Amino acid sequence: MNAPLVDAALTGADTATPVLGAHGLSFAHAGVGTVFDGISLAIRRREIVALLGSSGCGKSTLLRVLAGLEKPATGEVRFLGQPQAAPHPRSALVFQQPSLLPWLRLADNVGFGLDFAHQPRAGKDALKARIAAAIEAVGLAGREAAYPAQLSGGMAQRAALARALAREPELLFADEPFSALDAITRAEMQALLVDVVHRWHSAVLLVTHDIDEAILVADRILLMGGRPGHLVQEWTVDIPRNREDHPDGVAGLRLAILAALRHASP
Amino acid sequence: MRGAGLLLPFAGLLAAALAWAAGAGWLVSVTPVATAFAPLATFEALQQLVQGSDLWVHVAVSLQRVAIGLVFALVLGIPLGVLTGLSPLFSKTTTPLFQFARMISPLSWMPIAVMVLGVGDAPVYFLLAFAAVWPILLNTASGVAQLDPNWLLLARSLSATRRETLLRVILPGITAHILTGVRLAIGIIWIVLVPAEMLGVSAGLGYFILDSRDRLAYSDLMAAILVIGFLGYLLDHGARSLHRRWLHA
Repeated sequence: MNAPLVDAALTGADTATPVLGAHGLSFAHAGVGTVFDGISLAIRRREIVALLGSSGCGKSTLLRVLAGLEKPATGEVRFLGQPQAAPHPRSALVFQQPSLLPWLRLADNVGFGLDFAHQPRAGKDALKARIAAAIEAVGLAGREAAYPAQLSGGMAQRAALARALAREPELLFADEPFSALDAITRAEMQALLVDVVHRWHSAVLLVTHDIDEAILVADRILLMGGRPGHLVQEWTVDIPRNREDHPDGVAGLRLAILAALRHASP
Repeated sequence: MRGAGLLLPFAGLLAAALAWAAGAGWLVSVTPVATAFAPLATFEALQQLVQGSDLWVHVAVSLQRVAIGLVFALVLGIPLGVLTGLSPLFSKTTTPLFQFARMISPLSWMPIAVMVLGVGDAPVYFLLAFAAVWPILLNTASGVAQLDPNWLLLARSLSATRRETLLRVILPGITAHILTGVRLAIGIIWIVLVPAEMLGVSAGLGYFILDSRDRLAYSDLMAAILVIGFLGYLLDHGARSLHRRWLHA
């Protein structure tokens, strides 16, 4: 088992500081108007938070603002207690599509960008070890030399997850990462995600419109709705893992979320 | 199936050769000099030419012109294409102009090119580059437009510099489109090359065609036509396999 490298400075830091804190965020598109408004949230260390909402409620835009890819109209995002001006090197992204670079082999895709100027310096061997550990963790060992065109959809999404893990993220932003996969592959990937982020000690912000996915994966669920979008309600999921083995708890939470959705829509 | 894959193209070529022989045979009854156009005479001339050194010099000169014309077209076409793809302002300003210029046969510039650039290789390079720049420019622009937006997000999430984004994401991301443009450009260059070489130069396949006519060596002329077709086929094949290799498909 390859344990990921853990930054001594970060483990020594105050663990009470959330990985990500956002205060009074709003965002507006020219022409579309206010997308969301008055959003405050915190993501704790190693916590998996699902941001649940219907299509078009602004949750993907919120993810981009939280990830530092868009500037909010108002409010502030702090990453590890520091104001975030640009995407933090210790955050990583997974999209709905794997979006691998087709001209690079799997290992080079997983290691893509680790050598960029604004990434933390690391030795060649250390980077190689990180890439190998990430590939091994998602079950693609032995396929390092494959090109994306030679991977199935599920394998490509595993590779995209490995690319995020190779950055040893404190926080993983995942924007509906499994919604393009078939149901069986999706269930495998959900279990894999929980497994690897626990091993990597990463927190996750998982944007999803799938209530079951939120319940099966997350430690905490934030329901987003309304227009402009805002956070409607929050649940802490205290069903023990594996949650498939606790159908009563899952069904109860599911009904509670559905009820909240019905009350939220006018 | 593999046999059938080769059999059909071969049958097509054989049928064309038979039609050629029949046409030449009929033409002989009209003008006796047409025996030189027949397949047998042509292949004899071809054998002679291939064994000699003359033809190879002309082939080398022509291929060199193709390469230089293509390089000029790439150097101009890729940056302009990237700019067209990235900037709506530039695209709106230049699209009608480019579509206009693209539709002018490059050969119509020939007298002006010779007047401005003088007799020699320069006007030929100009004509070839002018012919080839459009498919490269337009394919580069559409490649930029079709870049996966997530790749750019990924680059931004890595706080990539402009240079890193350009060299590590945009350029490799549009290379497949550029190679499509190169393939089209090579086809156009090869077609424009021969007439372009008929003016003011003393070597090259176009020159060789005119020279054969002046020497009344019609078998050589026919052989040169075969060589032009064959080399063009090889160039296209090469560009195509380059495209496939890049995509690893």
